[in-house]
Amino acid sequence: MIPEIGHFALILALLLALVQASLPLVGSFIGNRLWMASARPLAYGQALFLTIAFAALVQVFLADDFSVIYAASNSNSLLPPVYKVSAVWGAHEGSLLLWALFLGLWAAAVAAFSRALPLAMVARTLAVLGMVSIGFLLFMLLTSNPFERLFPVPPDGRDLNPLLQDPGLAIHPPMLYMGYVGFSVAFALAIAALIGGKLDAAWARWSRPWTTIAWTFLTIGIVLGSWWAYYELGWGGWWFWDPVENASLMPWIVGTALLHSLAVTEKRGAFKSWTVLLALSAFSLSLLGTFLVRSGVLTSVHAFATDPTRGVFILAFLGVVIGGSLALYAWRAPAVSGGGRFTLVSRESFLLANNLLLVLLTLLVLLGTLAPLIYEAMSWGKISVGFPWFNKMFLGVTPFVALALGVGVLARWKQDEPARLARQLALAAALSAAVLLVSFWPPFSHGALWVPVGLALAAWVLFSHLTSLYERLRHKTRLGGGLLADLTGHSRSYYGMLIAHLGVAVFIVGLTMLSNFQIEKDLRMAPGDRTEVAGYQFLFEGSGPVKGPNYDAQRGRVLVFDGDRQVAVLTPEKRTYLASSQTMTEAAIDAGLLRDVYVSLGEPLAGGAWSLRIYYKPYVRWIWLGGLLMAIGGVLAVTDRRYRTATQAASVPSAGAVAKA
Amino acid sequence: MSQSRAKKTLKFLIPLGLFVVLVGFLGYGLTTDPRKVPSPLIGKSIPDFTLPTLADPDRQVTQEALKGTVSLVNVWASWCPSCRAEHRMLMGIAQEGIDDLQIVGLNWKDERPQAQDMLRLFGNPYVVNLFDPDNQVGLDFGVYGAPETFVIDRHGIIRYKHIGPVDAEVWEQTLRPLVQQLKAQS
Repeated sequence: MIPEIGHFALILALLLALVQASLPLVGSFIGNRLWMASARPLAYGQALFLTIAFAALVQVFLADDFSVIYAASNSNSLLPPVYKVSAVWGAHEGSLLLWALFLGLWAAAVAAFSRALPLAMVARTLAVLGMVSIGFLLFMLLTSNPFERLFPVPPDGRDLNPLLQDPGLAIHPPMLYMGYVGFSVAFALAIAALIGGKLDAAWARWSRPWTTIAWTFLTIGIVLGSWWAYYELGWGGWWFWDPVENASLMPWIVGTALLHSLAVTEKRGAFKSWTVLLALSAFSLSLLGTFLVRSGVLTSVHAFATDPTRGVFILAFLGVVIGGSLALYAWRAPAVSGGGRFTLVSRESFLLANNLLLVLLTLLVLLGTLAPLIYEAMSWGKISVGFPWFNKMFLGVTPFVALALGVGVLARWKQDEPARLARQLALAAALSAAVLLVSFWPPFSHGALWVPVGLALAAWVLFSHLTSLYERLRHKTRLGGGLLADLTGHSRSYYGMLIAHLGVAVFIVGLTMLSNFQIEKDLRMAPGDRTEVAGYQFLFEGSGPVKGPNYDAQRGRVLVFDGDRQVAVLTPEKRTYLASSQTMTEAAIDAGLLRDVYVSLGEPLAGGAWSLRIYYKPYVRWIWLGGLLMAIGGVLAVTDRRYRTATQAASVPSAGAVAKA
Repeated sequence: MSQSRAKKTLKFLIPLGLFVVLVGFLGYGLTTDPRKVPSPLIGKSIPDFTLPTLADPDRQVTQEALKGTVSLVNVWASWCPSCRAEHRMLMGIAQEGIDDLQIVGLNWKDERPQAQDMLRLFGNPYVVNLFDPDNQVGLDFGVYGAPETFVIDRHGIIRYKHIGPVDAEVWEQTLRPLVQQLKAQS
């Protein structure tokens, strides 16, 4: 009964989406206010039915209803309840439902928080979101129905992939999807603005908070995914340039470019057609990522179910959504005026430079991801693009991003005097040069050139931003009011920017230190054996059996000493999951701000010995800390007072209208 | 004037053009098999593993079973039709009784009873079968699908990977000469 309710709710949501995609849009052309106004209730209704459908699927999993194929293949009665819930989005069908739910919720949020927008704009935006929703709901109902039944009913489910039975991965996909789907709002607003022919500062102002929220979710999602890969896959790596990872990275980079470009369009009216293109691209790349992951065009370690009919459907959907939007762009964008002019030495120039660099980086990632496909299609032979290529491209582009970042934050809008800018940057430049020289010192850098370069770039970003903060506070204190007043006032978005950019510096330090100084050792250890890695002594005490809720495990004990002082007891596990008899490696990590000590069990050897992986990972936390700082910056930016007051201001005109009446 | 406008419009068509090219590649990608990516493991040592055998769940086999002699590691499953087609060829190779060559099965993403039934019905060309229902070892070997056949020398180095069923042509043209060559090396 419950699965049928879910199925029915999905169909109703699709019907509402069909109306939402057409009625308000037509209304906006013929000026029918009632039709336009129907967009909001339709969006609420769709969100409601999608919530019902999703709740039904959760209930199916919690109740161990294995008559539903999707539950039978991805859950098990022994699974802890938390993972029964996260198993809902553990595979293809459920992931799609979560996508569709989030799309519905974003649309409802747009409906609720768009009082300040003209009705026609709201109608068009929600209509576009309705169109995207139609695609996803049709895809689900036609090729990937999560509520399909199974007969005969199996006695138990096949279990959730043990890799996914982890708190990090339970919340990683929802964060990621919130980000992907969130870009649909910026996309829909851009389409609505293109249709209306009004790409102005107001459009940019509406788009900014939505884009920032989506970007923040995506940032958190990517950080969680990277952190999960690090401790769960047992290899100690944090990024693999896997197609699935790249699929999330591309919208993130373009989203980053979009955030900055929107700021320029709002403040200076420049880059309009460029900004709108980025808004279309960010969501298009999210859809492309879905296609790459779901169609089986590329192989990936994430190895999701692949099915050619699904691939054809998504490709057609991509063609309509992306092709249609780019065609609209080619038609309407040429009419857009150039907007605010600026000179070579201005904040606009440096923002534009970084925008172009970020887009270049996205294109390189896209090229690398699709290279095997392109080579084969052109019959140039086979190729597999791996780690070294991506790393080289990344290292070739990002240092320039960091350089321009430091200049851009201090440059003035429109036109700046080179001499003034140079004076302000002098201190940051001198300090970075000092860092460069000191860290070049061979006993520290071991001759690795990237160490001084990386640390100097981080110093450059840090000190140029500190200079900016200093200049700002100097001005403010002259005008009265201190840091606290500044923080609580209009400029929370300024501090958001500062913290996010500090995240960039932190990330660079982590990346530099980790990739140049990490130590990885694989060795055989019998109980009682000692070894030394990176100045720490490791004593392997042996292993013994332990029982988990749905697995049996061998748990090893490794004591870690720094000199005579014991710093950690690490208990890595090798788990065998009962339902699938799959084995999993649970690494044990002694985490620290400056270094992680990472131990995982390899294979059991004769005489109670094990092959052990002992890793020393300096500054690895800084990589994720950098990402989190960026996300915190995003949160600060959207809670800036002008967005809070915007919702209040929205109610003023209607009050005035009442008074007039 | 109108010419410069046309030029300007052209510029805005670039994203659409790029996307059309992209769709072309993606569409092509749907018609082909991504499995044909060359295995990065060729020339590398076989990954370490411990798996139960198909015949006896209590008997564990490790990578050592693939050393000391030339091995064909055949990835198969009872649900895979081309594996059945290939099976007769494997039986033929096994019956030839080539010295210093063992055929090892990697029973992949399969169910134990069905796999055992298939061997009872069609014969068993394998000296031993590793039972890997969850693609645990298959993943380490870079298995994309069944059937696949790896040629491994006596030091446990992967020398060749054939994707798809082994038929008489593949065996005579490629695999047999390679096996002879590897046997000649010490």
